[in-house]
Amino acid sequence: MGEFIDALAIAVKAGLGFQAVFLALLAIGINMQFGYTGLLNFGQIAFALLGGYGIAISVSQWGLSFWLGVLIGIAAAVVLALLLGLPTLRLRADYLAIATIAAAEGLRLVFRSVSATPVTNGSRGISGFNREFVELAPWDTGRRYSILGTFWSGADLWVTAVGWTLVALASLLVWGLVRSPWGRVVRSIREDEDAVRALGKNVYVYKMQALVLGGVFGALGGMIYALGTGSTTPDQYQNANTFLAYAALILGGAARVLGPVVGAMLMYFIIQFADSGLRSLIETGVIPEGLLTTTDVAQIRFVIIGLGLILLLVFRPQGIFGDRREVMLDAR
Amino acid sequence: MLRLLLIGLFTAGLAALVPGTAHAAEDAAEQISGTMRTSVSGPIEGIEVVVTTPDGDEVGTDETDENGRFVVDLPGPGQYTVTVPEDSLPDGVEFNSGNSRTVTVDPGRNQGVIIGLDDGSGGAGGGNLRWVQLLVDGFRFGLLIAMAAVGLSLIFGTTGLTNFAHGELVTVGAIVAWFINVEGGVPLIPAALLAMLIGAGVGAMNERLLWRPLRRRGTGLVAALVISIGLSLLLRYAYQIFFGGGSEAYADYRGQRAVSYGLFTMTNKDLASIVIALVVLVLVALMLQKTKIGKAMRAVSDNRDLAASSGIDVNRVILVVWMMGGALAALGGVLLGLSDEVQWDMGFRLLLLMFAGVTLGGLGTAYGALVGSIVVGVFVQMSTLVVPNDIKYVGGLLLLIVILMVRPQGILGSRVRVG
Repeated sequence: MGEFIDALAIAVKAGLGFQAVFLALLAIGINMQFGYTGLLNFGQIAFALLGGYGIAISVSQWGLSFWLGVLIGIAAAVVLALLLGLPTLRLRADYLAIATIAAAEGLRLVFRSVSATPVTNGSRGISGFNREFVELAPWDTGRRYSILGTFWSGADLWVTAVGWTLVALASLLVWGLVRSPWGRVVRSIREDEDAVRALGKNVYVYKMQALVLGGVFGALGGMIYALGTGSTTPDQYQNANTFLAYAALILGGAARVLGPVVGAMLMYFIIQFADSGLRSLIETGVIPEGLLTTTDVAQIRFVIIGLGLILLLVFRPQGIFGDRREVMLDAR
Repeated sequence: MLRLLLIGLFTAGLAALVPGTAHAAEDAAEQISGTMRTSVSGPIEGIEVVVTTPDGDEVGTDETDENGRFVVDLPGPGQYTVTVPEDSLPDGVEFNSGNSRTVTVDPGRNQGVIIGLDDGSGGAGGGNLRWVQLLVDGFRFGLLIAMAAVGLSLIFGTTGLTNFAHGELVTVGAIVAWFINVEGGVPLIPAALLAMLIGAGVGAMNERLLWRPLRRRGTGLVAALVISIGLSLLLRYAYQIFFGGGSEAYADYRGQRAVSYGLFTMTNKDLASIVIALVVLVLVALMLQKTKIGKAMRAVSDNRDLAASSGIDVNRVILVVWMMGGALAALGGVLLGLSDEVQWDMGFRLLLLMFAGVTLGGLGTAYGALVGSIVVGVFVQMSTLVVPNDIKYVGGLLLLIVILMVRPQGILGSRVRVG
């Protein structure tokens, strides 16, 4: 029983920690693109990579200030969105999907390649760039704090607080945008692109704006993740994370302002609970060693995500809060 | 050429190291191991390796086996020097930089040691031209992509599904063949045939258990696409649990020396994969062109409703497409595993190149997938003339994005298909 409570506490902390913020920001971006506009961006993690590395390279390698690093990260994300959007947004939805996933995998490979090592430090990554950020904290970051039975280091608490503030601001922005005339156009693009075109709207430009905005949210998520872990390595930014964010979004409910946020918290809670739960079950011998070992548990999470995605889309594509009519899943 | 050689040696060393560290956890004895090979001629048998302590006391010796491997057991952790006597090398092979390495072995670790060898084939005196070599390698790689991509393209053509889980069909072929071959002790050729059968079965299961019921429910294409991603994640990481994170080679046809063909060199197994792939692809083309089911596939791919109303059993055709796609992908996986070793995510890494090939050729067209994949394979290999080896896949992915910009319908696709 004690192990169960421990696993629960770890899971609650994960659901509130900066990893959940990272996932929430990725999912908010995807919600803008996929939920409201109907764009299939499968390379969201590439925007996060640019955000994280934007700070890391600017601060650690080029010696610039932290705020300049943030700006560079955001600018890089905007450029990537434009580059990806220009050729693909005029085409059918699955072309954007293929191009974005290819770009994400390609960027990761470039960042970990030997020839990029002078800038990105290859597969070992960059660390030691978050001091300036941590020093901004209004409390003592050297201590540990206890909140509701979970322990947080001061620095973690600061990253998490800033992160959830960002999530709140992003959600507020999305909430405002989708209720504006801009939001109505974007949602009608999702429903029927040709009808919107017939009304004289430049569909291409609206799609591009949604892609850029979602990409910037993704970059912010990548920054929070990099600041939280204190380091960036290319393999943190695996493609699977994009699909983790999709699963979170669909779980919470696409095309709902709070859908991605609730989905991300729940997703991390479930993953972490399954993770630590399985670990303690293996350690106490409930699951025999021959069936699963503790090293397999790290892979189990992706199996759960995959299965979860399939089941959700088959049985409840609108997720917890979604409205079935609002979920763009039928278009070509 | 030297860089390619070094990368080849480095990856060979890594491959030797990965299973080694895994074993070390079990018996917790210190070992020094490594592989003696040159990138062009393959592993070299019978090289003597001497391990000494820093004081010069001999700890052990070993001779490399037919795979070029050597292993020396150590009395405990500490610093050791690995030396290869000069006269132990065969004629024509030289050391890259010195004949000894000093390493520090941690407790319980199997320490990999790399001693660089050069057989002179990379020098200016060699007969092979680098770009011809890359062209041939790329052609072989492109054929492998094409084998897997034909199924992907036909599935897209007949059902509209962009199947992100197609790479996992490739991996399943490679892994099943590995288990039958290495664990079961069956020669690779029957193992590959069995793997193809199982691949066809997995393809059929895909269709019968998942996609046909979903089509009946009227699941949209975007939902289906996301479901295929979920399936891909599920299978990929299940493979990793099942197979492990390392890369493993098949038991047969290891360590072949490359044969020189004047302008390029190639191992016999690579030549055999080219021949097998060509024969299989020609058979597929003949089937599509001449047989009834092949014509039906093209008809369904072209216009599903028209095909259905002219009396074609669309569901049966789709089932056959899935089975054929599964079998071809499995064979592609075995051939890829033969040249690059079997890994849990080999199919996923190939998937993006398959998409590049299929998009280049025109989504939904079988012949387009063939042509496009070969172009992508050649492009990826030839790109190492200008970019380093470890980012050669990026070239293929960039090509994909450029194609989308210039000619989204692909080489053989028709403009109306793209909206």
